[in-house]
Amino acid sequence: MAAPVEFLQASPYFAGISAPEIESIADLFYQKTIGKGEIITFEGDSGEALYFVVSGAVKCFKVSSEGKEQILQIVLPGNSFNDVAVFDGGQTPTSTEAMSMISLYVISRQDMQRIIKDYPKLAPNVINVLSKKIRHLLALVEDLSFRQVISRISRILLEYADGTGPKPKLTQQEMAGLAGTAREVVGRSLKTLQVEGLIRMERNRLIIANKEGLAQMVDTVDRE
Amino acid sequence: MLEMPVVDLEKCTGCGTCVAACHCGAIIIVDGKATIIETKLCGWCTVCEAVCPEGALYCEYEIITEG
Repeated sequence: MAAPVEFLQASPYFAGISAPEIESIADLFYQKTIGKGEIITFEGDSGEALYFVVSGAVKCFKVSSEGKEQILQIVLPGNSFNDVAVFDGGQTPTSTEAMSMISLYVISRQDMQRIIKDYPKLAPNVINVLSKKIRHLLALVEDLSFRQVISRISRILLEYADGTGPKPKLTQQEMAGLAGTAREVVGRSLKTLQVEGLIRMERNRLIIANKEGLAQMVDTVDRE
Repeated sequence: MLEMPVVDLEKCTGCGTCVAACHCGAIIIVDGKATIIETKLCGWCTVCEAVCPEGALYCEYEIITEG
């Protein structure tokens, strides 16, 4: 099924191009539905397609030789993944997995490259998308280099709290993957945040009780 | 309906590690797969998720801000 014009118009890749132009490229996309826990791409695959998330959430991650998972990004509806491999022609840099039942629009590398060639005015959009991704990765480098684990967990809780658009629920394993730490450390950090009165845990609900306090915790620098 | 941990049946090998670890008897093996029984005794301790060698159990948190 071709991607609807409204979806593409809302995508940062296609901002500023007219409805008739969008209609002419919509047929190049096809829809794919994937179940929770299924792998979409493996790190090292040839990057044959660009994926746009329509619903659900996708995690992009790398796994160390010891099996430790580092989540680099959680991609939410309206955003894309596998961009780097599509534009540099290299291998897919991360594995990707559906965090819930997801719906995607997919376009092949060749078709995406042809669109950029046919519509040069899209080039600044591509630069914007890739720059945003670089910014996100720089923030992650800063986090992993300078912040204590508890600060990283605090930032993740604030980022994934409600009220800021659709966000996936997270397991402690996923929080560990985002924070670049072990699951046990997440458990200890959550307990500390509870003792400090910054969060409350009511069964499967993690409630931010003191947003300002949690934000201050994010700024705690690594003293190790 | 009470929310309970979720089993990924494709990943689950039915090894029973979660059954042994669960404090409230909320998991049994049915047809070689971990099966969750709805119970108010489940306090979301997440031990089942922690011990699963296949990463087949999910205890998801809804993260919300008070007020």
